Amino acid sequence: MIDREQVLHVARLARLELTDEEVGRMSDELSAVLGHIEKIGELDLDGVVATTHVVEVSNALRPDVVAPSLAPEVALANAPAVADGGFRVPSPQA
Amino acid sequence: MAATDPTALTAAAAAAAIDRGELSAGELFEAYRDAAAGDELNAYLWVADGPPEPPTAGAPLHGVPLAVKDLFCTEGVPSQAGSRILEGYRPPYTASVVARLAEAGAPLLGKTNQDEFAMGSSNENSAFGPVLNPWDRTRVPGGSSGGSAAAVAAGSAPWALGTDTGGSIRQPAALCGIVGLKPTYGTVSRYGMIAFASSLDQAGPLTRDVTDAALLLGHMVGHDQRDSTSVGFPGQVDRPTAQRLDGIRLGVPEELSGEGIAIDPGVLEQFQATLKLAEELGAGVQNCRLPHAPHALSAYYVLAPAEASSNLARYDGVRYGARSEPADGLVEMYTNTRSEHFGPEVKRRIMLGTYSLSSGYYDAYYGRAQRVRTKIAEDFHTVFEDFDFVVTPTSPTVAFELGAKTADPLSMYLNDYCTVPMSLAGIPAISIPCGLSERLPVGFQLAGPAFSENAILDAAFALEQAIGFDGSACRA
Repeated sequence: MIDREQVLHVARLARLELTDEEVGRMSDELSAVLGHIEKIGELDLDGVVATTHVVEVSNALRPDVVAPSLAPEVALANAPAVADGGFRVPSPQA
Repeated sequence: MAATDPTALTAAAAAAAIDRGELSAGELFEAYRDAAAGDELNAYLWVADGPPEPPTAGAPLHGVPLAVKDLFCTEGVPSQAGSRILEGYRPPYTASVVARLAEAGAPLLGKTNQDEFAMGSSNENSAFGPVLNPWDRTRVPGGSSGGSAAAVAAGSAPWALGTDTGGSIRQPAALCGIVGLKPTYGTVSRYGMIAFASSLDQAGPLTRDVTDAALLLGHMVGHDQRDSTSVGFPGQVDRPTAQRLDGIRLGVPEELSGEGIAIDPGVLEQFQATLKLAEELGAGVQNCRLPHAPHALSAYYVLAPAEASSNLARYDGVRYGARSEPADGLVEMYTNTRSEHFGPEVKRRIMLGTYSLSSGYYDAYYGRAQRVRTKIAEDFHTVFEDFDFVVTPTSPTVAFELGAKTADPLSMYLNDYCTVPMSLAGIPAISIPCGLSERLPVGFQLAGPAFSENAILDAAFALEQAIGFDGSACRA
């Protein structure tokens, strides 16, 4: 179960700001989903190896060849704001 | 030939007609461009302006155009994954699989509507409004590749690309009465696919029949050095020809065919009728067990949102898409941008994923879910010692009414009950239409071991011939 306090904490971690109404709804909905999910707590999983990747791949390497990458103006073309050849953002200090 | 409507042909038939000189690629493209531009199902978010460059002589797909789910990056063409947060994004590059298909002679026809960031089973989570089901416009097409499925079913595209994370190709294919194939994880490059859950996402074909699925898949697979998880496909994808299923052993997992999940009686009836047909074709049909399958959905709804919460951290208003201004400082800009531009389902999954990865909960949720994933893969391994394929209904229900499940996320998630186990195991699975219930299509799912695509396509082809499903009914 996940209460309002936890919802607000998680929202801060996720960089989301929720309205009062959203906090209440999120608490109800996430609690319902987590209630279903918590059934995996019943399984005996001692000694079972975790799967991080389903297909056997080890050390996927490619030759280290110099090749052109995106031109700076192309890389910046989709940015909401640019300045001096970089992404412009509000001051972190503000 | 000129007198008939070229959009009535399957993609393989159209390619063959062009090859024989009976149809021009330009004429076919125009016919589909008109159909896509006139689409009334909200299946398209963007349609090509004019004909592409003529296909290179000898290109194996001969210029048969392709509809592509919005989340595939296409250079200079809007690619927003159904989200407002990517407003105005025009990628500087094209996804490997789309580029590969264009080179093979399948030019881009349009970008199709989808649930935002592929999170959904009904297409109602698109920022651009839901897609309508061509069989009944008051119903959903399924999701998340709902635009691709509806376009192919309605005949406004000869074939389409979708992506499947927990059922997002197979379920909409089932609900729209077409064929949808999720390949083995790693066979198709994910480079240029806007990511949802990277350990599960896989591109695949949505087509009118099994032959088209094989033809399209054959030009999708292959190692890509820009996707370090891609492994390619051993050998080539063959055109399916099987007429019989002699010696084929089909396993019906009890956990996914009635036990533990309520399956509509009409769906179950069509599923069982298809098993009978399979037996008549020579297949052996027996029950089998996937003991951990009832926990697959739980594991999935830990793992997929966890990966999503990490993948979607990149949408912060800095490099592309929307930004909320003015903001009092950097963190407020991030927060406002994300809060104002993500839809409710995306926020819900980011919250769920962030929660299960947060300090104190990681082991109980994420760690356990990864171990459940191992058990599910082992269950399939065990079953495939005695069976060639596992078969289930693709979806527990036929297409449901718009709005029917939007108020209850958990009931929406249950749509993926029969498709999620294969996604977690990384194995290939196809959905083919097997009949109608309540005048709506029912999907039959066939899954096999990793890299068994040729065998799956062959078996699906034999079944398809025996079933004789007529998808043209919704195009009238």
